[in-house]
Formats: sequence, structure tokens, C-alpha cells
Amino acid sequence: MAPVTSPVENLLASREIIVTCGPGGVGKTTTAAALGVLAASRMGGRVLVLTVDPARRLADALGLKGIGNEVTDVPASVFADAGVPLVGSLSAAMLDTKKSWDDLIARHAPDDETCDRILANPLYQSLSGRFIQSHDYIAMERLYELHATREWDLIVVDTPPTRNALDFLDAPARMADFFSSRLLRWLIAPARSGIVNFASKPFTQIADRILGTEFLGDIAEFFISMQSMYGGFVERANAVARLMADDRTSFLVVSSSEAVPLREAEFFAEQLSARDLDLGAVILNKVLPAMLTDPAAAEAASRLEERSTAIAERLSSTLTLDQTSVARVLATVEESFTDFSVVAHREAAARDRLPTQGAPLLEVPRMEGDVADLSGLFAIGKALLDPSL
Amino acid sequence: MSAEPLIERNLIFVTGKGGVGKTTVAAGLAQMLADEGRTVLGCEIDAKGDLAAAFEVPASRFVPQKVSDGLSLMAMDTEASLREYLKLHLKIPIVGRIGPVAKAFDFLATAAPGVKEILTIGKVCWEVRERHYDTVVVDAPATGHIVSQLSAPQVINDLVKVGLIRSQTDWMSEILRDPAQAGLVIVTTPEEMPVSETLELVGAVTEQTEVDIATVVVNRLLPERFTPRDEAVFDAISTEQGRAILNDEIGGGATPLLEAARLATVLRRSRTQHLDTLRAGLPDSLPLVLVPELFFRTDGLRATRQVAVHLAEELL
Repeated sequence: MAPVTSPVENLLASREIIVTCGPGGVGKTTTAAALGVLAASRMGGRVLVLTVDPARRLADALGLKGIGNEVTDVPASVFADAGVPLVGSLSAAMLDTKKSWDDLIARHAPDDETCDRILANPLYQSLSGRFIQSHDYIAMERLYELHATREWDLIVVDTPPTRNALDFLDAPARMADFFSSRLLRWLIAPARSGIVNFASKPFTQIADRILGTEFLGDIAEFFISMQSMYGGFVERANAVARLMADDRTSFLVVSSSEAVPLREAEFFAEQLSARDLDLGAVILNKVLPAMLTDPAAAEAASRLEERSTAIAERLSSTLTLDQTSVARVLATVEESFTDFSVVAHREAAARDRLPTQGAPLLEVPRMEGDVADLSGLFAIGKALLDPSL
Repeated sequence: MSAEPLIERNLIFVTGKGGVGKTTVAAGLAQMLADEGRTVLGCEIDAKGDLAAAFEVPASRFVPQKVSDGLSLMAMDTEASLREYLKLHLKIPIVGRIGPVAKAFDFLATAAPGVKEILTIGKVCWEVRERHYDTVVVDAPATGHIVSQLSAPQVINDLVKVGLIRSQTDWMSEILRDPAQAGLVIVTTPEEMPVSETLELVGAVTEQTEVDIATVVVNRLLPERFTPRDEAVFDAISTEQGRAILNDEIGGGATPLLEAARLATVLRRSRTQHLDTLRAGLPDSLPLVLVPELFFRTDGLRATRQVAVHLAEELL
């Protein structure tokens, strides 16, 4: 029986937002989707999985043709076909950065003319479309917007791959700083009035020599337009930051058991804790079976190696097999065990050293093959619910 | 895509999806080139210290530090890069007050797309142009960021019409688009997501940048365990009867042994499929370099040296 208070069950029941974060390539998106499926299958209410990763496989697994910026409902029949119970409902949405930025501008612009001017600015187009740093802010902004509709009882979101592990957390504050910055005024002032004040002069001079007057003009025009939305932006960015720190929000750090991702996961956990954000659990994916670290199995492997000739002889005569082949296969079996046992030991030791800031450590076994459908996601969800299964 | 040998190039960017061993391969490549007698600068863009950790030396700084014969390491720092740039190219009389100006640029870099990228790419291109080293190996950003990094000179050209930065992009572009000088190495593993991301990246790099893709490194290849005939023998041994004999001979514990072998086979099979998908999706002219799974250890100097040996077998 599952313990009454499984950490994951608690989180799913008591939070409105769950954010999965961690290093790249460890299965953040899959974990977020698995939690969404688990929540929809165990408790009532509307569950939304918001992903920033355009993984077609995830759309396939959820039985969707594709996931766009718009919210898509996962049909109940997909659950029924996979034999997964459905108590609540499940929807999914993907983050379309460019579209989300455009929506944000349209919402905050004081009039259509300003809106059009910003959307047409080459600097804006480059910033919103090409540069991944802008994903950090917009992901949190979109989460805020979806949460504010009150349509969802639980939103599970995975975070964008960031250059700096926690960029997405700092993004709202950075956005607010940015718009209230003195430097921004320095940049804009000459374009507005033609007067360069004493304090900003060295900056303007260098900026002009390096970037050229025309580009500075583009930048200034862009920010003058943006300034009309200053109040709205800052207010919104602060609200997003507050939502992250709210009791209803919890963060899960996801990692694999390898040295480099674990180092990053440790850093994530520390940073969350330093910011007073709630670390709900640390999740380790792709954990090798415990039998690989069982001392009895290791002894069996060494006995197999010692007695290989005798064993091959008996097996081949009893099962009428070619003795040379049997010997070769047994040697390979022993070798495979040793190889994987070394990896399992190394990973177990790394896990034991991982400080989790007091949060529970949950392990998800390595699944055979790829998680390709809803029942696969449900299996991961169940493993998270009760790691002893 | 060209047949220019990777080892002859002066500037090698190494990218890959998170978790595929990008840094380990970058480190192995740098080590291999140093072993070949070339002077190598390893440059870490993310400044997380992973590249330094691959050589078991303290975290790198912007000023290159020699770590072994022929090999130096540095960590990118856009503010320091700007400082160096201003010192070298601009005789501006306020150098003493560079602090606040650099801060202003850090701010501007956030606002103006391409500025941070151009400072990064400018620094590595400059090291190449000045011939301080035979080869600069860049532990570049992961797949999601690499295109905006490599296309920075073009973006700047589109946005900035005059000014010093503009005048700098031409020589950078010249280095970047010359396959005899610069090349991109994409690291992947034979797994589903890394393979599909690699195929997407090959398309994006080809369309949006001028940089030649030199090779794709497939990391963590599992060894072939059983031939089909041996697999039949393994199945026979795994039957209840076979298992009973095994248990009798070794005093129990046969199941975990057989399970480990089965796991190895299943993993190998699924990875072979993904490797086939990768092969089918890549242009024929693009060479694949295979690096086996390292069972004993995947980080530190020992792993770096092992990868260097495997890369040497394939590349030299």
C-alpha cells in the first residue's frame, strides 16, 4: 500500500502551480506530463500541463495532433484507451514565445498605433523571436496569465532550457529593473530631447562609437514606445515574482544520477532555498534497478566467472546447446552485469551525496524503451507516487 | 558540409542537447588535439566550470590558464571581453571609469539582441585571428542557444548599419564561414530526443548560419552483446530449466545476472534504432564519429582521456 502521505500526492493536492526545473536532458517535460496525468487520474478538477519544449512525442503521448499556444484538451477516450482512470480533466499547452510576446504587447499597449509600432520595430522582432533569453520571462508571464484565469485547479509547467540555471526565476525581477533603470533613461533622453546630460555623456559617447547612431535610434524608438507600457509591465513582472513565491506554488528539481546533472541539481536546490521558494521534492529519473548493487548478485557474478567452464558444460549438455556458444554467452552475461553494476554503484553513491535541502528524494526507475504513450506517462506518475513500487 | 578534416581547423564549436556529454566530448577533443602536438585553447561559454572539471583543474577565468602541455583553458565573460575590446580598439579617455560603462553595456546587451553574442563570438574569433593557438575548442551553448550564437554577426549586420561593432562583423564572418578554419561539432546520444533535436539543429544551422557542420559525434554507444545466434542461446539459458541449473551451480543469484544482460540488450537495441534514424536523417556527406559508453566513470580527467583516445581512433 502506498503511504497515506506520499510527498507527490500532497503536492498535487495542495498546490496550484508545480514547476519542474533542472538541468537539460533529464526528462523535465516528461516528468511534468507524468504529474499532470497522475493528477487527472487521481483527483477531480482541471489539470493543465504547460510545456516550453516543442516535443512532438509528448503531443503524441497525450493523444494530441499537436500542442499550440492555445490550450488543448486531452480527450477522455485517450485515457480510456490506455486503461488509465480519469477523475478530473487534462489539458495541455505549449509556449509559443513570439506569439506570447505579441499578445503581451497588444494587452499592455495604450493604443493600436503604439502596438503596431512596437511589433514592427526590428529590435523587437529580433528580441521576441530569435533570442532565447526572452523565453525565460515569457514562460513565467504565460503561466501567470493562465493561472489568473482561475480555469485550472492545477498547472504543471516545465521550464525552458536556460543558459543560467535560474534565469527564469530572475526574469520577472530583471524585467522590472530594466524598465525602471537609469540607464534606460540615459539611452532614451538624447533621442527625445537631443540633450545629453553630464552623467550619461560617457555612456552615450561610447555607445555611439560602437553601435552607431542609427542603431541607437532604433533602440531608443523601441524603448520610448515600450515606456508607455512601463507601469503595466513592472506591475505584471512583480505579480509574476509574487506568484512564484506564493504558498500555492512548489518547485521540483529533476535530474538524472550522473555527476554533471547532479551538480547542477544541487545548485538549483540551493538557489531555490536561498530565495525562500518552496522545493517540493528532488526527482531522479532513469535510476537503474537496485539488484545491480546487490552484494549477493555480485558474488553470484564472480562464482559464474570462476566456474564458467563447468557451468557451460552442464548447461550445454542438459539444454543441448553448443558449448562454445554457451561459454561465450555466460562470459557476456557476467561482463554486462559488471558494467552496469559499476554504473549503478557510481550513481547510487552520487545520489547519496546529493543534499536536498530537506526535501524528499524520489527515484523513477529507468523505463525500457521510450515513453511513447499515456500509459507510459502514467507508469512514471505511479513510480513518483510510491517509489517502492 | 565539407570534407575538411576536423583536426585541421582553427575554431571548433562543440554543441549538443543537455545531458549528452557535450562538455566531455569538447574536453576529449581538446585533449586529443593537444596530444597531437597542437596548442589548444579550450573555451567554456556557460562558465559553469564543467570544462575545467573535465580536466580536474580549478574553474577557469577569462585570462587563459595553461593546464597541461599544449592545453590552456578560459571561461567566457562578456564584460571582460568588452573591456578587452575597448582597450584594444578604442582609445577612449575614460578607461579609468570603465566599470560603470561596462555595466551600462551589460544592460544594453540584455536589451539589444546580439550584443552579448557578438562579444562572445568576437573573443574566440579574435584568438583565432591572432593565431595565439593552433586550435580554439569552444564548449558552446546547448542546442537551443547555438544558432543565435553563431548567427550573431549576421544579426548585428541586419540591425546595426554603422559603427565600430558593424565594422568588426566582417572579419568574424570571414572566419566563421570558412570551412577550412571553423566548424561545428554536434554531440548526441543514440536516444530519441537527442536524435530528433540533432536533426532539427542540422537544418537550423544550415539555414540560419554560415558555419560548416564538421561532424556529428554519437556518444554513449553500447557494445554489441549478443549476435542473433547467441541471443537464442541466452534465451535458452534464461528459461526456468536453465536458470535452475545456473542457480544450482553458483548458489543462487542467477536472476539479477540474466536481468542485467537483458537490460543491456534491450538498451542496445533501442539505441541502434535511434542511431539508424540519425543516419537516415543526416546528409551522406556528414561524417558520424562514434564514442562508446564509458562504464567506469563519465566525468573527470580519466573520462576525458578515454574519450580523447576514442576520438583519435576515429578522427586521426
